[in-house]
Amino acid sequence: MNTFKNQNLRRYLWPCIGLLALLVINAIIAPEFFQIEFKDGRFYGSLIDVLNRAAPVALLAIGMSLVIATAGVDLSVGSIMAIAGAVSAYYITKGVDNLALIIGAGLIAGLIAGIANGFLVGYMSIQPIVATLILMVAGRGIAQLINEGQIVTFDHPGFAFLGTGSFLGLPFPVVLVIITFAIVQLLTRRTALGLYIEAVGANPSASHYMGLNAKAIKMSVYCVAALCAALAGMIAAADIRGSDANNAGLWLELDAILAVVIGGASLMGGRFSIFLAIIGALIIQTLTVTIILSGIPPKFNLLIKASAIILVLLLQSPLFQKQLAQLKFRKSSPTNNTSVNGNNKETKNA
Amino acid sequence: MSPTPVLQLKGIHKIFPSVHALKGVNFSLRAGEIHALLGENGAGKSTLIKVMTGVYQRDDGDILLDGQPIFPKNTGDAQALGVSTVYQEVNLLPNLTVAQNIYLGREPRRFGLINWGKVNRDAQTLLKGYDLDIDVTLPLSSYSIAVQQLIAIARGVDMSAKVLILDEPTASLDTDEVQSLFRIMRDLRARGIGIVFVTHFLDQVYAVCDRITVLRSAQFVGEFETATLSRAELIGHMLGKELAALGEHKPQTNSECGDALLDAQGIGRNATLSPTDIQVCKGEVVGLAGLLGSGRTELCRLVFGVDKKHSGSVTFNGKAVNFNSPRDAITAGMGLCPEDRKHDGILGQLSIRENMILARQIKQGWWKFISRKEQEEIANHYVKELSIATSDIEKPIEQLSGGNQQKVILARWLAANPSLLILDEPTRGIDIGAHAEIIRLIRKLCDQGLALVVASSELEELVAFSSKVIVLRDRQKVAELEDGDINPQRIMQAIASN
Repeated sequence: MNTFKNQNLRRYLWPCIGLLALLVINAIIAPEFFQIEFKDGRFYGSLIDVLNRAAPVALLAIGMSLVIATAGVDLSVGSIMAIAGAVSAYYITKGVDNLALIIGAGLIAGLIAGIANGFLVGYMSIQPIVATLILMVAGRGIAQLINEGQIVTFDHPGFAFLGTGSFLGLPFPVVLVIITFAIVQLLTRRTALGLYIEAVGANPSASHYMGLNAKAIKMSVYCVAALCAALAGMIAAADIRGSDANNAGLWLELDAILAVVIGGASLMGGRFSIFLAIIGALIIQTLTVTIILSGIPPKFNLLIKASAIILVLLLQSPLFQKQLAQLKFRKSSPTNNTSVNGNNKETKNA
Repeated sequence: MSPTPVLQLKGIHKIFPSVHALKGVNFSLRAGEIHALLGENGAGKSTLIKVMTGVYQRDDGDILLDGQPIFPKNTGDAQALGVSTVYQEVNLLPNLTVAQNIYLGREPRRFGLINWGKVNRDAQTLLKGYDLDIDVTLPLSSYSIAVQQLIAIARGVDMSAKVLILDEPTASLDTDEVQSLFRIMRDLRARGIGIVFVTHFLDQVYAVCDRITVLRSAQFVGEFETATLSRAELIGHMLGKELAALGEHKPQTNSECGDALLDAQGIGRNATLSPTDIQVCKGEVVGLAGLLGSGRTELCRLVFGVDKKHSGSVTFNGKAVNFNSPRDAITAGMGLCPEDRKHDGILGQLSIRENMILARQIKQGWWKFISRKEQEEIANHYVKELSIATSDIEKPIEQLSGGNQQKVILARWLAANPSLLILDEPTRGIDIGAHAEIIRLIRKLCDQGLALVVASSELEELVAFSSKVIVLRDRQKVAELEDGDINPQRIMQAIASN
């Protein structure tokens, strides 16, 4: 009985240990990392910065984890960020002042993109990687058209609050991540939707025999992913008070996929955990900070990041865990049966 | 004692974290014999085979090949030593050509490049030896499972096999295909190859095997000569008790059946099924008999709305219905356990609990979430009710044996509370013990007033519970047998008659 509870626990264990390990390293190389100040009604400190900087990727990862659970992938979320940012900037520069209208327009733009993806994947049965690649390329073009090829800057304190404001002492992007997490978690785990998504990912044919509408489920996860991306895009635009169609959200889809994978999800579909995807996003951001703090020349950043991620993924791999355990086993008792067999085998081969 | 066995396993133990899967099992295979490995699901057959082929490493005991101890680390290792395996689901590559599959990884080369001409010629010659005159340059997937299996055998034997392990090779073959497989097996036996044959069909054991090794609950029961072991004794060894007979035909009296629960008139679909009638009353079991491909599965799918019907009309529960998808059928109160459990039934990585409650949840709608507590109650109830062997309802279903998976799928539909349940080959690929249990269960459900449609290729099984048997041949209904006429001979005649 315990083994399966433990398995479940272990899923949560490794990503959390990874994050903790990084934080400990940070504390050792830069003790000031954990200093948090309370000033002008909000917290300041490296830890808060990590949360704030990780927010866009965390938002993308929330949506991406649902898409990946259906055995799909959404490469277009970075471009959807650019579109949503451009649409908001467009309305602000056209003199719209109503914050709800501006944000609503950004979200609707995202929703349309999500419907396009969901239609191609769910109803046209196009492979997700290809279907979303279309919008990944075209989306940035659409954003450039909206911006008419310029970087559009604006001044709208209400909208800027999305990126730079604070609520209950926390940066507002962090608050938005928490709210989004709560909503999606409620929708997927307090209704049967989460189970449906996992069922479609685990066995589409069996799901069909049980009357699940896989098309609609796929449509909805791509829509959620796109809505999350639109929100992230508006945060990014609000942060720099401008829309840069070329660079907003550039390559962030890859960080989002990575975050989900670090969180232990399989690209083959099935089980998902939004919480772990967010932990994954935090690991990526903490690692960036760790590298900066450690004083290693910036040119090593990408390689170190890649190595650390390989390590996290290896630690999660059941095969690697087994081999690690065997290694310990052999060292501790070289005369036992298994290792004798193993040795015999080796001599035989030699 | 007769000649040294080609493969000998002595006192094999295999211990998994949660279960002791083999407890000192012996197995001895002579060159030039067909040796059946029998046992219920969970008896340890698959584990033993995986130990032989290097998928698992034994925890104790010896494996001797030609008297020499071997320690296969993986299947490649075992194959190099001369132990080849052919699985029920052919483990070749469907997108490559037949010839490429046969010589994959050991292609004849000329000047360091693959000599494709020779690959194709050799493959053609090799397969001729198996009575297969086919175009080896076509993709493997263009041939039937039976042919693919023979190709897998040819590949295995050609790689200098001394020992050939056939793991339920006949599960998806029809009678003729089984016969030609047996011919090949006898041929290989004559060439001195030792064959391990795993199957659930006792007829086939008696048709082709020389000796039998029986396992029961991870233990070695004994090794027997087929010629001197009666069927009853064999079943006794496998179950550890004399099997209570499946029982005689018990006609379900359905005098109260005025209006049929399901009344389908002339439903058909182009190229799959000619227009067919089927009526099912409350508390009645209707059997669907016929050979593989006769239209049994197609009829089930049409009734359940998986495929759209091109003709005919359906009345269910007194209402005219027109199902466009399984969802419509489920909402109306039907359930269907599909034939291919692995592909269409189980959600492998999800837990037993989730697998069981899903159909009911879908019927209720996603917003009416079945609470965790209620889910656990449902799952525990059915684990007990159907005596599903598991320690934990949170275990992924893929870790259960075939029979227990089937019971979970049955529980899934029972939990959805249908008034008509369609079972397509509910006992395929599961062992005798579970088989008898499922048949008892079908009877019980029927007594409780559930209507069932059961498609099966086992006539005894159909006879044991059906109050009406519909016989299909060549995608059309050829006979409908009632109470007194239901016996294997009559069904057989109907299938065979022209």
